[in-house]
Amino acid sequence: MSKNRQWIVLSLSLLVIGGLIFAYKVVRLGYPALPDLTSEVWTVQVRLRINAENGPVRAELMLPSRPSGFSVSRENFVSRGFGLTVDEETFRRKADWAIRNLDEPTTLYYRATVMHEPMRKRFASRPSKPELPGLGEPYASALANIVEEVSEESADTESFAAAILSRLSSDRSDENIKLFLSIPGEARNTAGLAQMFLAEAGIPSLQIHGVMLQNQVQRAAVKTMLAVHDGDDWLLFDPKTGHEGFPRGFMVWWRGTEQLATVSGAQLQDMQISIRKRVESTLELASERVELKNSLAGRISILQLPIQTQSVYEVLLLVPFGIFVIVILRNFIGFSSFGTFAPVLIALAFRETELLKGIILFTLIVSLGLFFRFYLERLRLLLVPRLAAVVTIVVLLMTMISIISHQMGVETGLSVSLFPMVIISMIIERMSVVWEERGALTSIREGLGSLLMAALAYLVMSMDILTYWVTVFPEVDLIILGVIIASGRYTGFRLSELVRFRQLTHEKEA
Amino acid sequence: MKRSGVLGLNRRNGDYIMKFNRRHLYPLVDDKVLCKKRLQQQGLAVPELIGIASSMRQAAHIDDLLKGNREFVIKPAHGSGGDGILVITDRKSGYFIDPGGRLVQHADLEHHLTNVIGGLYSLGGQPDVAMIESLVHFDPAFSELTYHGVPDIRVIVYRGYPVMAMTRLPTRQSNGKANLHQGAIGVGIDLFSGVTVGGVSSNAAIAEHPDTGSVIAGFRIPHWSRIVSMAARCYEAVSLGYLGVDIVLDRDLGPLILELNARPGLNIQIANRRGLCSRLDAVDELETLHKSAEQRVEWSCGTFGEPVTDLLTHTPW
Repeated sequence: MSKNRQWIVLSLSLLVIGGLIFAYKVVRLGYPALPDLTSEVWTVQVRLRINAENGPVRAELMLPSRPSGFSVSRENFVSRGFGLTVDEETFRRKADWAIRNLDEPTTLYYRATVMHEPMRKRFASRPSKPELPGLGEPYASALANIVEEVSEESADTESFAAAILSRLSSDRSDENIKLFLSIPGEARNTAGLAQMFLAEAGIPSLQIHGVMLQNQVQRAAVKTMLAVHDGDDWLLFDPKTGHEGFPRGFMVWWRGTEQLATVSGAQLQDMQISIRKRVESTLELASERVELKNSLAGRISILQLPIQTQSVYEVLLLVPFGIFVIVILRNFIGFSSFGTFAPVLIALAFRETELLKGIILFTLIVSLGLFFRFYLERLRLLLVPRLAAVVTIVVLLMTMISIISHQMGVETGLSVSLFPMVIISMIIERMSVVWEERGALTSIREGLGSLLMAALAYLVMSMDILTYWVTVFPEVDLIILGVIIASGRYTGFRLSELVRFRQLTHEKEA
Repeated sequence: MKRSGVLGLNRRNGDYIMKFNRRHLYPLVDDKVLCKKRLQQQGLAVPELIGIASSMRQAAHIDDLLKGNREFVIKPAHGSGGDGILVITDRKSGYFIDPGGRLVQHADLEHHLTNVIGGLYSLGGQPDVAMIESLVHFDPAFSELTYHGVPDIRVIVYRGYPVMAMTRLPTRQSNGKANLHQGAIGVGIDLFSGVTVGGVSSNAAIAEHPDTGSVIAGFRIPHWSRIVSMAARCYEAVSLGYLGVDIVLDRDLGPLILELNARPGLNIQIANRRGLCSRLDAVDELETLHKSAEQRVEWSCGTFGEPVTDLLTHTPW
C-alpha cells in the first residue's frame, strides 16, 4: 500500500473501531449515549415461606436466565443461615439453598432488578428432534388420529401448533381430547398436553415460564407459554388462546417442565412473586449489569478504576479533545501561540479556576512574571539559571496570590496552584524575548493569542457531554485520534492565508 | 484561491517539505557553521567565518575570537527567523558600534554571546554555538533601495531548479534586518532578467520604499545570472528538494550565500504577486530532470522569466 493512502486506512479504521466499541456499549450493554438518562426498571421479588420440620432442608429456585427483551442488572438473595449456590447453565439458572438443620419457620428472598434490553435474544437453544411420546393403547391410536386430523387442516408448523392448542382449550367435548385430559396419574397442563401432540408430529417444543412485568403487583402469577420450533426459529404460543406472538411485558424466567421452586425436607408454605416498577439512572444500571455479565468491553472502562484515578483519567482523556482544538486553530485557521500545546495545559488549569477567574489569574501571573523577567534581563544572567529564577518567581507569585486572596476571602485565588508553573515560566521567557526582538505589540498579541486558544480549548474540554463520554466511552479518544490523523493530511489553505494572500487572488481575477 | 496557484503553509509542509526534504539532511542547513563549510567545499562563495564561540569561557574572551576584526556579525548557529543576530560595524575606544551608530558595551556583547550559547535563540532551546562571521559590505547598487542593513536575495530552489526569487530590503521598522516578519520589504524579482517587479510590506503591496521613497520596481539586480546559478548549485551541496537560498551582494566579493533554509516562507508569493504551485508543478512535469545546475538554471529562466522589455517599460527612469 502506498504511504500516501495508509493514513486514510489508519484513520478510517480508528474511526470504525472507536465507533463500533461505542455502538456496542450503547446497544448491547445499554450504556446511555447521553448523560442523565433514566430508565424504567422492575424489581421482581420471590418470597418463599418454609415451615420447619427439624432436619436438613434444601430449597431450589429457578432464576431468570436470559430473559428475552429484558436483562437482569442486579440480584440479591436473603437467606439467613442457608448456604447458597447458584447453578449457571446457558438457558438455565438455579439457586440452591441448603441448611443442615432448620428448626424454625423461615423466609427466603430473591430479588432481581430487571430492565429493558432492546436487543431481543432467542429464548432457547436450537432443539433436537423430540422423542415420540410412546403411550400405550388406547392413547397411542387416539394421539395418532388427532395429529393426522390436525395436520390435514394445517399448512405448516405454526398453524399446526395453533390448531392443537385451540382444540385443547376449546373443544373439550371431543372424545379423543377428553381421553387425554383424563390420563390417570398424569396431571398435565394444556401446554404439556400440546407438547405431547407436537412430539408425535415430530415438532420440538418447550415450555417457557415467566411473569408479566407491571407497575405494581403483590402476587404475580406465573404465565406459561409454549415455544414451538418451526425448523428455523422459536414461535411463542399462548396455550390458553392459541395466539402466536411475544406478549408485551412478558419476562422469560425459566424453561422446561420444572417448578419455579421446589423444597425438600420441609414444606413450602407459601410462594409469592411481587413486582414493582421504578426509575433509575441508566448509567448505574448498565454498569451493574456489565459487572454481572462479566463482559470484557465493560471491564475496559475507567469506571472500574478507583474513584481518584477515575478523575485523573477523566482529565487525561479530555486532553486529546483540547489538543484537537489546537490542531484546528493552528492548521485550519492559522493561529500561532507560545508553545505548541501550552494552551491546553493552561486550559486544564482553567477547569479548576473557571474561565473568567482563570484568565484573570493567568494574566496576573504572566504580567508580574514579565515585570521581574525584565529586571532579570538587566542582571545578565545565563540562560538556565535565569529560567530557573523565572520558575521560582512564578512559584512565589502563585503562593502570594493564594495567600493574599485567601486573606481577602476570595477562595478562587487558591486554585492558582494548579497552573502549570513551568509552562507559564516558558511563556514568560518567550514573551520577553519576542518583546525585545519584535516589539511589545507582537509579544502581547501572541500572548493574548495563546490565552484565547487556551480559552477555546477549555470551552471544548468543559463540555458536559465530552466529560461524560470520556468516562463511560474512553474509545471516543480512538475516534479523535482518527480525526487528528486525517487532519494531519490536510494540505489546503489556512483561513488566515486567505487573508494573507488575498491580493494574489484579486489580481488573478482582475 | 486554489486556482490562483498560491501555495499554503499546510501544503508546503505536507506535500513539499516532508516529501523532498529528508529529515537527516536538516542539520546541514539548520547548523549554519556546518552549512557554511559544506557550501565552501562545493566552491560556493560565503561570508568568511571569523570564529566560533561554544563555551562561556570563549564568550568572555571575545577579543581573542575576533582576531582584530573591527566589523563582524554574531549569529546563533541554530537560529531561525533572524533572531539573535547582532551586527557590529566598528569599534571605538572599548565600545562596539552597531549599524544604527549606537554604542554596544563589551559586556552587552558578552551577554549576547552567552544567550546564544545557552540556546535562547535555537529551536527547542538546546545549547548552541555562536558563529562570528565577517560583515558583508553591501553593494552600493542597492543603496537607494534600502535603509541601513544588508538587503538579501531569496531564491526558492525546487529539486535544483530556481523557481522564484525576491529581495528583502531592510527598513527602519525592521531595524536593519532583512526579515519580512520584522518589517523588511519583500520585492519580487523576475528570474530571467533579475529585474524587480514590485514590493510588499507586511502583506500589503507597496510601490516605494517607506524610508528612502525610491520606486521599487524596475531595478536590475547586479550579477543576476551568477546569483541564480549559485542558488541552483546549493541543491548539489545539501540535497534538499525544497530549499530557500539567501544571498547577499558584497561590494568586493560579489554574491555570497548567507544561509540556506529548509522551510522557506511563503511571502515570496506576495512579493512576486504570483503563486508557487504552477511553477512547482512545471518542475514536477519534467520527464527527466536536468543534470547540471547550469542546464536547470537555463530551463528555469526560460520557463519562468518574463520578457525583459515588458518589465522595463513600467519603470519611471
